[in-house]
Amino acid sequence: MDFNLTEEQLMIQQAARDFANAELLPGVIERDEKEQFPHEQIKKMGELGFLGMMVDPKYGGGGMDTISYVLAMEEISKVDASASVVMSVNNSLVCWGLEKFGNEEQKQKYLTVLATGEKLGAFCLSEPEAGSDATSQRTTAFDKGDYYLLNGTKNWITNGGNADVYLVIAQTYPEKGHHGINAFIVEKGMPGFDIGPKEHKMGIRGSDTHSLMFNDVKVPKENRIGEDGFGFKFAMKTLAGGRIGIASQALGIASGAYERALQYSKERKAFGKLISQHQAIAFKLADMKTNIDAARHLIMKAAWDKDMHQDYNLSGAMAKYFAAEMAMKVTTEAVQVHGGYGYVKEYHVERMMRDAKITQIYEGTSEIQQIVISRTILAD
Amino acid sequence: MNIDISETQALIIQSIRDFAEKKIRPHIMEWDEAQFFPIDLFREMGQMGWMGVLIPEQYGGSGLNYHDYIRIIEEIGKVDGSIGLSVAAHNSLCTNHIYLFGNEEQRQMYLPKLASGAWIGAWGLTEHNTGSDAGGMSTTAVADGDYFVLNGAKNFITHGISAQVAVVLARTGEKGDKRNATAFIVERGTPGFNAGKKENKLGMRASETAEMVFDNCRVHKNQILGKVGDGFVQSLKVLDGGRISIGALALGISKGAFEASLKYAQERVQFGKKIVHFQAIGFKLADMATEIEASELLLHKAAHDYHQGKRITKIGAMAKMYASEVGVKVSTEAIQIHGGYGYTKDFPVEKFYRDSKLNTIGEGTTEIQKLVISRQLVDGK
Repeated sequence: MDFNLTEEQLMIQQAARDFANAELLPGVIERDEKEQFPHEQIKKMGELGFLGMMVDPKYGGGGMDTISYVLAMEEISKVDASASVVMSVNNSLVCWGLEKFGNEEQKQKYLTVLATGEKLGAFCLSEPEAGSDATSQRTTAFDKGDYYLLNGTKNWITNGGNADVYLVIAQTYPEKGHHGINAFIVEKGMPGFDIGPKEHKMGIRGSDTHSLMFNDVKVPKENRIGEDGFGFKFAMKTLAGGRIGIASQALGIASGAYERALQYSKERKAFGKLISQHQAIAFKLADMKTNIDAARHLIMKAAWDKDMHQDYNLSGAMAKYFAAEMAMKVTTEAVQVHGGYGYVKEYHVERMMRDAKITQIYEGTSEIQQIVISRTILAD
Repeated sequence: MNIDISETQALIIQSIRDFAEKKIRPHIMEWDEAQFFPIDLFREMGQMGWMGVLIPEQYGGSGLNYHDYIRIIEEIGKVDGSIGLSVAAHNSLCTNHIYLFGNEEQRQMYLPKLASGAWIGAWGLTEHNTGSDAGGMSTTAVADGDYFVLNGAKNFITHGISAQVAVVLARTGEKGDKRNATAFIVERGTPGFNAGKKENKLGMRASETAEMVFDNCRVHKNQILGKVGDGFVQSLKVLDGGRISIGALALGISKGAFEASLKYAQERVQFGKKIVHFQAIGFKLADMATEIEASELLLHKAAHDYHQGKRITKIGAMAKMYASEVGVKVSTEAIQIHGGYGYTKDFPVEKFYRDSKLNTIGEGTTEIQKLVISRQLVDGK
């Protein structure tokens, strides 16, 4: 088992780290406070290839492996989790979903501009009454011959305002349950498609989250992804890869917080010595490091499974579950290590604690990951 | 130990609930967003008797006990942790310090104003470079005739800008000497006593946290509480009582977060049933309820011991540490139970979560509590 990263992977990691420190760190506190989308930075990330890393170069992507993606996601997330969720959704959900299951026309039309970040994508599954219970789709897309008529509301959509390309899951045949669900490519500006106001969130405030309303939107037949009734499987398979992205985000948030706590403990003195010399603090840091590395290994294993074309449903769920829980604990402890300073915005770690929480909730709550894991291990 | 809610407590609790619904709840998110310190509210709360809970009636206080105090802070915390923090800090730090260690003149001069909420009090111990290590403070008080000249800055002080009076700990001796600090009562308007920067915080945002700066501030020796050199020992006693109040605040936040979660879990339906009926959620609520119960009992044990005349250093530290850590755990799970909705500002739980974290840090970090407890254990206490 070779745990070493390749030269190319190390270069990508360094490039992401340099970009994060030079372009994302300045102004990150202010953007969080004001709920500002990092437009300039996302544009640059697109140009540098961070928004379509794993897409085949023939569609404008970087053709990189999942491990490279994980490395880049971690580095970006160490500094700015709002920018990294934009990156994760675009890479893991939108680009991957289209590349794997779209037809050639759809890829030429949409994947090419998404991979370069010229346009941003959004993944639209959740609804007010369908969070964890994704099969309870109330958004409908009835077959009208040469188009599908889309009606309903989607909730919690990342990039909801800034995207141009929306992958929308909707029910075409209600009588068929989840076998009657389809996935569609919907473009911003299609008549009847409205974007709701921005949600005011506790964390990842630079990421714009909106409700979407569809009122008799006519979606061209050719915009359906895959076979008729493939939509739910599409969503589930795509989310399986999304887990790796979010796990990497959680890892990065935790790493960023840990690095700051480590540094602070080597500067702050109390009772005549550096606080890192007090066992309570030193052992906290030891626990943080151990859990961060454990998460990293689980994530790398899931990424490796995906790159080796092996099943990554279980390994991905475990990685996401563990990394999110770990990030919550590590960021909370990072605030504690900083004492009073950890409670104020200037020191970054309180933002990381707020950002970490969402990783336990979106793209499958920790409880849903536990369902996936337990069903897999209990299946005969 | 009887911790049933007494008739007096029941009446107080009801009046706090009524007051909070009318005067606090409608403004919670607006005050939080703007970091607005609603100073007039505290005057009103003073009129209701909540700003001098433990102060005897002869000084304008409510003359209640620690059991009552816990319930009062808890009820306020259930609605808004930052208002609860200000009430707790005002009661337990500045006001209590003057009550416990002031002479009759000082008590007559300051307690009625503080207990009525007409004046807000601040308590200055922490500095930029000394938090947990309070004994190493740098603010000095140098004798000059009948005066002491104060120089230095205090950090993270609740009401540091708006307080009309502050009890300030300054060093009158050498670093490392237990008798090196003295407590001074300093009134706003004293030349050289300036308000500094206001902190931009994660939570507890309606509670004002700021710097207090002393620049050749001349304070008369009559403003000294007790004797020169008594400051540090006094502070430890003040903090002992303060621990119960912060624990009670944490308890209130836990209960607020828990009640919201229990309600939500009984309304939200997924996979064909109310989510409370899934073991994952039901058992979370069971854990939360158990830890809340344990927190409450530890707090009332500390109150009980106090009124029995026992030293509450260890039990107070245990109660503060336990209740505050539970506060963070419970509010984290509260968001989780609410799913995506819990992450937005439309629901109360993300604020409980942000507010709860202060309690494992302020008035003695969890690590300091552990230090206090372990030392008490070793000393056979």
